Amino acid sequence: MTDQPDKIKLRTTAAEPKTRNGVTAVILFGLVAGMTGLAFASDPLYRIFCKVTGYGGTTQVAEAPAESTIIDQMVTVRFDANVNKSLPWRFRPVQNTVKVRLGEQALAFFEATNVSDKPIVGTATFNVAPFKAGEYFNKIECFCFTEQVLKPGQTVQMPVTFFVDPAIIKDRNTVDVKTITLSYTFFAGEDQSEAQKLQTTSVISNDAESIKISREVTPKG
Amino acid sequence: MSDTAHADAHDHDDHRPTGWRRWVYSTNHKDIGTMYLALAMIGAIVGTAASVLIRMELHEPGIQFVTDFQFYNVLVTAHGFIMVFFVVMPALIGGFGNWFIPLMIGTPDMAFPRMNNISFWLLAAALVLLVIAGLIDGGPGTGWTVYPPLANADYHPGMAVDFGILSLHLAGASSILGAINFITTIINMRAPGMTFHRMPLFIWAEFVTAVLLLLAIPVLAGALTMLLTDRNFGTAFFSPGGGGDPLLWQHLFWFFGHPEVYIIVIPAFGVISQVVSTFSKKPVFGYLGMAYAMAAIGVVGFVVWAHHMYTVGFNVETRAYFTLATMVIAVPTGVKIFSWLATMWGGSIKFDTPMLYAFGFIFLFVVGGVTGVTLANAGADMAFHDTYFVVAHFHYVLSIAAVFAMYAGFYYWIGKMSGKQYPEGLGRLQFWISFIGVNVLFFPQHFAGMAGMPRRIPDFPDAYAGWNMISSWGAYITAVGGLLFFVVLWKTLKSDKVAEANPWGVGADTLEWTVESPAPFHTHEQTPAISTQPAE
Repeated sequence: MTDQPDKIKLRTTAAEPKTRNGVTAVILFGLVAGMTGLAFASDPLYRIFCKVTGYGGTTQVAEAPAESTIIDQMVTVRFDANVNKSLPWRFRPVQNTVKVRLGEQALAFFEATNVSDKPIVGTATFNVAPFKAGEYFNKIECFCFTEQVLKPGQTVQMPVTFFVDPAIIKDRNTVDVKTITLSYTFFAGEDQSEAQKLQTTSVISNDAESIKISREVTPKG
Repeated sequence: MSDTAHADAHDHDDHRPTGWRRWVYSTNHKDIGTMYLALAMIGAIVGTAASVLIRMELHEPGIQFVTDFQFYNVLVTAHGFIMVFFVVMPALIGGFGNWFIPLMIGTPDMAFPRMNNISFWLLAAALVLLVIAGLIDGGPGTGWTVYPPLANADYHPGMAVDFGILSLHLAGASSILGAINFITTIINMRAPGMTFHRMPLFIWAEFVTAVLLLLAIPVLAGALTMLLTDRNFGTAFFSPGGGGDPLLWQHLFWFFGHPEVYIIVIPAFGVISQVVSTFSKKPVFGYLGMAYAMAAIGVVGFVVWAHHMYTVGFNVETRAYFTLATMVIAVPTGVKIFSWLATMWGGSIKFDTPMLYAFGFIFLFVVGGVTGVTLANAGADMAFHDTYFVVAHFHYVLSIAAVFAMYAGFYYWIGKMSGKQYPEGLGRLQFWISFIGVNVLFFPQHFAGMAGMPRRIPDFPDAYAGWNMISSWGAYITAVGGLLFFVVLWKTLKSDKVAEANPWGVGADTLEWTVESPAPFHTHEQTPAISTQPAE
């Protein structure tokens, strides 16, 4: 390596090392702040990513299927229901499977019972298996879009309307999918204020309709 | 660059604090480096004790003495946390980094000496918090990965995990401040003529490591804060009941965690490069390739994190990508291995203890690297995940390899740091005991792991008994090597064998060897001029 002596001189007389250090440190602290911000931004970003790509079997939300797109190929949809152990509910699909044509809107019911002696808010997470079908599984209406409140002993039937996008047979990764399992797991809601309201005002009603509250939950992939 | 020693012989005319003030208020890079090394030694005793207890429990099938399984989990957790954050990082980064960055780039001290002080004491406070975490409410039994739901309030209702999180927060703050100090010093305070392409590889290593710390630690801090609020303030970042997802934790943790393994091993690369060059009496082969290989490892290290979580249900494209990206890392690491070998090739090699440890490092790193390429395959990893094969792999490639680099650095630089040279015979004995110990300890774990033995479980079927017993004996041998290290340290400090300014001869051509031994309190007050590359 050859280095000119005058270049060396330049470095020794470089101005104000203290200011230069300060500027470098400020830039580096900015980098740290940026990465911290990114860490917190990852939560909504991850949510959006799963929703958009159907990652981890995240299902899609749609208004309604286009009538013209129904094609004459059947797919079997199986239903799976689970309850987290901290939630004293019983939860089962009313029917185990349905066979639908691709693009055709279908309706299925799940049944939940609160077996405890107090009202509880539950919220369901969902996905489909195989995961790669998530992109093509569209829900129009689902009990899982909102939190559910069940009074002691109450049993409700909860609907889900869905259709499977016919584009599933055009994707070489999903052309082999003949059966899709739609799975739910109910958890005790983090926000139990609606249940406490019911308990304190001791509303007694055998209304078979579940009480829907407005707080939207969008589980991630 | 050999005629600068005269500038450094001023030990007597400075304001040198004495007594406890010298250490507690220290702004001197050498004293702070020494404190980091002392902290690492304390951490090493505790962390090694935890691992020996683990091996004693696994010595035979059945339960030997760990009847409280949460305590076993706490041992595993403590071993991981302490070794990563309170042994390897303080020794290789805080210890050797603080000691030798200013000495090797020819500047009197770090850019921000007071920030350097707070970096160290934050780490000491973090260690205290971690000890508190281990002593209350059954301790954190989460593993160093702290996955929810195991780490959430349902399974760890006490305050232990909260204290653990706060400990990591402080350790992280310490690392970030230290990293800012390192980067600022290296960018702005190099001696005239010490261009980036003339910096010793140890400086390059510390520089790349500091950049990785700066980018990775804030992500851990963010994730830990989310976990803390999930546990205590009703948020649901990682709880499905509130719309969260525990997998988000794994993504965030490993986005930090994978660069973290390079944070551990890249400074080790730096030490080994100096040692191999010194004891081969040759400049490092492919200097620029070596420097940019470390930079490349750092960059690629940020885009391979999901190979730690192949089993969570990724689609096949994702697994294919992470397999490919992971294997790409073998290219720059291969550049390093072969450059070290090429440095030795045709060199006049002297087998002193630091060089033995450098050989040991290269051997261990290659063995661990080979199993790393095996594990990079998503298909194979489905079977290997969470088995002792993975334990064997990462202990070879970074844990024990990093410890060997620490030993190498200690023997290489102790003369400069203490002014006393270590006893060579005892040092070599200490190497051979450690080298045999770690291989007896970890090699059989490959076989147990391939046969399916799971990690983090205190009991195992009789079929795994043989390899586990051998492995446990290896742990005892390694521990003897560790104890012998402290004997060496004591004998060195007590000896009257005064170290020369440069005990290694012509191979040792970096600036730290131009100052007397022990390095005076203040060095490089007149900046040395450098006109040759260290590799020339």
